[in-house]
Amino acid sequence: MALSLRHVATLVAPVALAGERLLPVLPALEPLLPAAGLRRGSVVAVAGSASLALAMVAAATAEGSWGAAVGMPTLGPVAAAELGIVLDRFPLVPRTEAGGPGGWPAVVAALLDALDVVVARPDRSVRPDDARRLAARARERGSVLVVVGGATEGAAGRAAGGAAWPAAAWPAADVRLTVARAEWVGLGGGWGRLRGRRLEVVAGGRGSAARERRVALWLPHPDGGVAPAEPVPAVARPAGVEERPA
Amino acid sequence: MSRPVRTLVVWCPDWPVVAAGRPGTEPVAVVAANRVVAASAAARAEGVEEGLRRRQAETRCPRLVVVGHDPGRDLRAFEPVAATVESFTPAVEVVAPGLCAFATRGPSRYFGGDAALAASVAARVDGVLGETSPSGAPTCRVGVADGLFAAERAARLGTVVPPGGSAGFLAPFPVGTLGDDELADLLRRLGIPTLGRLAELPVPAVLARFGPAGAGASRLARGLDERPLAARTPPPDLAVAAVLDPPAERVEVAAFVARGLAERLAQRLADRGLAATRVRVEAETEHGESMARLWRHDGGLTPAALAERVRWQLDGWKTTGGLSLLRLTPDEVRPDDGRQLGFWGGDRAAAERAARALARVQGILGAEAVVTAVLDGGRGPGERADLVPWGESRPGERKLGPPWPGRVPPPAPASVHPAPPPVEVVDASGAPVGVTGRGAASAPPARLSIAGGAWAEVTAWAGPWPYDERWWSGVRGTNAVAGLRGPNAVAEPGSRSRRARWQVTTTAGDAHLLTVEGGRWSVEATYD
Repeated sequence: MALSLRHVATLVAPVALAGERLLPVLPALEPLLPAAGLRRGSVVAVAGSASLALAMVAAATAEGSWGAAVGMPTLGPVAAAELGIVLDRFPLVPRTEAGGPGGWPAVVAALLDALDVVVARPDRSVRPDDARRLAARARERGSVLVVVGGATEGAAGRAAGGAAWPAAAWPAADVRLTVARAEWVGLGGGWGRLRGRRLEVVAGGRGSAARERRVALWLPHPDGGVAPAEPVPAVARPAGVEERPA
Repeated sequence: MSRPVRTLVVWCPDWPVVAAGRPGTEPVAVVAANRVVAASAAARAEGVEEGLRRRQAETRCPRLVVVGHDPGRDLRAFEPVAATVESFTPAVEVVAPGLCAFATRGPSRYFGGDAALAASVAARVDGVLGETSPSGAPTCRVGVADGLFAAERAARLGTVVPPGGSAGFLAPFPVGTLGDDELADLLRRLGIPTLGRLAELPVPAVLARFGPAGAGASRLARGLDERPLAARTPPPDLAVAAVLDPPAERVEVAAFVARGLAERLAQRLADRGLAATRVRVEAETEHGESMARLWRHDGGLTPAALAERVRWQLDGWKTTGGLSLLRLTPDEVRPDDGRQLGFWGGDRAAAERAARALARVQGILGAEAVVTAVLDGGRGPGERADLVPWGESRPGERKLGPPWPGRVPPPAPASVHPAPPPVEVVDASGAPVGVTGRGAASAPPARLSIAGGAWAEVTAWAGPWPYDERWWSGVRGTNAVAGLRGPNAVAEPGSRSRRARWQVTTTAGDAHLLTVEGGRWSVEATYD
């Protein structure tokens, strides 16, 4: 009886509008977002870490959503898979130069039409007008645009040397995530290997996201995956990471 | 505008007469719609010409035998000839009954030159013709030239035009040979009697004055092909094309035509029990711009899907004029086993929506621009993933195989640089860090500068982790352990260099995977 009542309840429940629905994120990332998930129709700007941007969409692709990465020729598929992204549902469009100056916005718009999440690194040719148009497109289609900071930001940017749109300046972003601090563990003076990284992420934005939050994360955790971290580094050294080799 | 393909043409004169089974010695005329379309040599000697009314022809030659025209009979009768020519090369294009062509590149080399090939083909075809109609013994003529048009002319003369000589060979021919009476008449009245004179005119001027037809004629006169010779393999032509006249100015109009074409193609394929896995969509504008793109889909392209792709292709293509030609050619076919591939589980509607959007992106950027990553065995972070173009068949469950010793341990870097930027790594005294013969660091790295950028302090490091892959190829680098020989060391044949990876973190909080080979450092990947 109870089962059938529950069944009836699901049948008569009001249909959730696209704007009200959330795409899931990994539990450790929930504190970063005001709705504890990626609100459909929103734009998230991530500065300073490609893996943070990938981690944002990992849970969504794992639960059946389609995503894509645009304009990220350096994206490491192995890292994406390690973070939990299902690569079958996460095609890559590494370069958009073939589409001319309007190629990047055209590709992102086409993908926002049909996919749930699009991770994109804007190139220099993108104008603020395009950004606003894409935000409107995402709002209309109920998809989520994750803008990854330009190549001047982050370690990869420093390595690649190029310059592009900084995510912090991306117009029309609902949520802004900025890596304030990053610290790797596991590597010493000539010994060990990179095992885990503690990130301090500052989350801000507009509307419900306007209140600034600081969240400490293991991305990746030394045991793999993403996990919350203690804010004070000295306390947060997990077991399994030796101080010095024997 | 590619160089025209060197082409051999086999021409059987008066084919409708030969196909009618009449010996060439008696006066025969083949008549369609009360007009003579072909006549035998004997009839021509009596003054019977193509285009005459039946009554006129009979007046000129009272003992004329009149045969009704049957294109089907012409084609059927030509089949043995085409089959004979196919014994030289499988890629034979039947231009019309009585006329077939193939690209000579391979066969010519095999038979020892164009002339020898032409003689061999002529002898073989004449043999077949002698078998089918022993009386009268019709003969064929074979010509070789650059481009189909010139080769056809050469076949009529039975000559071999040397490579590059097509334009010169065609120059004395009258403009009437173009086969466009209206245009030829106009050209003659403007004082352009020969193809040579037409070829001298600047192409843009011809295009501006005479439109697409003139441009096509100009191409032919210059010894270029109006259309490329499509080497196809039997069974015959499955391509469908539509000439849009007047040219379509709007994409919607072209898309409507494309839909009809796609249905026709699907019908043709279905008749043969085939499904196209790759279709070439070609479009041309009245201004002579053309674009072709290959569309591939493992599940077989349905008419709707194909029509959609045509539309996206046209959408993504900025033209200056209306569309004058649309052609769909199945480039690769497979037996249709009725299988429609599903998309890797999950919500099917969402998968199809995604597939459409990705195909659309392919329309904007090209088919290779959208890829799916497939994890694979390997050691370096860049080697462990294959990028497969979207829609192409992906390697099945790939066994990651035996363990990969020397693999870079997880976590994997989020950024792998396709073109690793150079980096300078020095120790505390400012001397470059290298690898000793025993595979250890020559000194602890203290600072690094990526691509000539600002120096950053190294906070932690590990390495070197030597790795030595594809040692059997033996062409790269030097025999010394990496770092011991300078960048100017000359690679000795059969020698190789070992490479080593390092992980470093810097004060900026960055973590990099560095590679050193032959003393040169580069940033292979970044943990960001």
